[in-house]
Amino acid sequence: MSKRVGIEVSIAIAEAVGLARAEVIPAYPITPQTHIVEHLSEMVANGEVDAEFVPVESEHAAMSCCCGSIAAGARTFTSSSSQGLSLMSEILYIPSTMRLPIVMVVANRAMSAPISIWNDHQDIMVQRDIGWIQTFAENGQEAVDLTLHAFRVAEDRNVSLPMIVNIDGFTLSHVIEPIELPDQEEVDKFLPPFKPRYKLDPRRPISMGPVGIPEVYTEAKVAHDKAMKKAKRYILKAWDEFEEIFGRKYNPVESYRTEDAEVLLVTMGSISETAMTAVDAMRDAGQKVGLLRIRLWRPFPGQEFRKAVGKAKVLAVIDRCLPPGALCGPVGAELRSLFYKIPGAPKIFSFVAGLGGRDVTVERFEEIVDKARAFAKKRPRELYEVIGVREK
Amino acid sequence: MANSDAIVGWKTITFGCHILEPGNAANFRTGDWRSQRPVVDKEKCIKCGMCWVFCPDMAYSQDEDGYFVVDLEYCKGCGICAHECPKDAITMVPEEG
Ligand code: SF4
Ligand code: SF4
Repeated sequence: MSKRVGIEVSIAIAEAVGLARAEVIPAYPITPQTHIVEHLSEMVANGEVDAEFVPVESEHAAMSCCCGSIAAGARTFTSSSSQGLSLMSEILYIPSTMRLPIVMVVANRAMSAPISIWNDHQDIMVQRDIGWIQTFAENGQEAVDLTLHAFRVAEDRNVSLPMIVNIDGFTLSHVIEPIELPDQEEVDKFLPPFKPRYKLDPRRPISMGPVGIPEVYTEAKVAHDKAMKKAKRYILKAWDEFEEIFGRKYNPVESYRTEDAEVLLVTMGSISETAMTAVDAMRDAGQKVGLLRIRLWRPFPGQEFRKAVGKAKVLAVIDRCLPPGALCGPVGAELRSLFYKIPGAPKIFSFVAGLGGRDVTVERFEEIVDKARAFAKKRPRELYEVIGVREK
Repeated sequence: MANSDAIVGWKTITFGCHILEPGNAANFRTGDWRSQRPVVDKEKCIKCGMCWVFCPDMAYSQDEDGYFVVDLEYCKGCGICAHECPKDAITMVPEEG
């Protein structure tokens, strides 16, 4: 039987990786991800997990090592954040087009400068287009569940793509929550042993990672893109199977009090819990406001999102990332593309909030909804607005 | 396999772009972009095989008389063999046209 325990989310994720029977864990510590790999190294040292823990000299080496171990057919996990994730950048595009299903948890953190160890989504938006499947967790339970789900999906032979589970740094990674940790038997039922389509094996030699001359590079990238689109079906299927075994249901887009809503907040990650409190307060005050939370970010679940929006007239999108000089934040831009020239499409405004660990309070969400309503009447000059920024 | 067979579509490209047939570079004319080619002077050659050892493209093979001959389908003209030959028996000659 699974047990419900009060546990730090990072430790719970490490326990989940152990339950998933990861075989190789190349990792380099970086705040706020450190507790995950630190605990994993202890579990390996104590003989609780039968894995190779590789204490590499950098994140660049960590991801390189992951590519090697997954290519050799070992279930592979690592974790990173912010500058460390960026140091992996050169390697991150490689396992995805090569269809190597590494699983990584990213404890999201701001990008320097100025130096910040605190939470926002700028680190992962730098890596938006690396071609990994990406999900965002809202709370500790979800972080654990999505980690297990990631192994199941990534390694599915119909998918065979690497996968990132995003968890908010500190607000998730460092909090203690009541979490139901599944038992080994249940996890084994959900997650069969890793059987890759191809692996590096001297008995059956193949080459991975050859040159792609101009005549085939485009086709290789299109094959990757098609695989990502096709993956959605298996992502959903794995969530259905997860529900059957563990009883918790996950969707690519989560709706909260969206029935008859005029304005919908759109969020990703742990900020959504505050957003729900804000929606409750606004509903109590008679406002028709709801919340959509994007759990599956890549491949983007366009169909599900459009359906979830229903008849809402205004989307107030929270972007936890400020791309200087861009027309608006990445989530806002994605949704604007989704609804472009669709009849009856909602008006979409992007609100940049919660950068570098700044709290986004219930009052801020109320302010965002008010502003979105006003913008719907009078078009603002910019497609986005930074919330709570001081002028002087 | 001729060169044109390598021009596959996204549906037929190998999974993850892997090369599933070991050593399939042998199926392709990998040297046709060469700008110079090695010419061996048999008068100077002592059949030591250093050219064969150092050639990064395995373009050399030994003939019946023990001399090393280059297969120009695979030679990319890098000049390593000429550089390594202890007898200066190899001259790099520009390709015409
Ligand atoms: S390295 Fe020079 S001497 Fe030796 S076999 Fe080759 S051509 Fe002859
Ligand atoms: S020029 Fe380079 S590729 Fe050609 S035979 Fe000599 S070493 Fe090999």
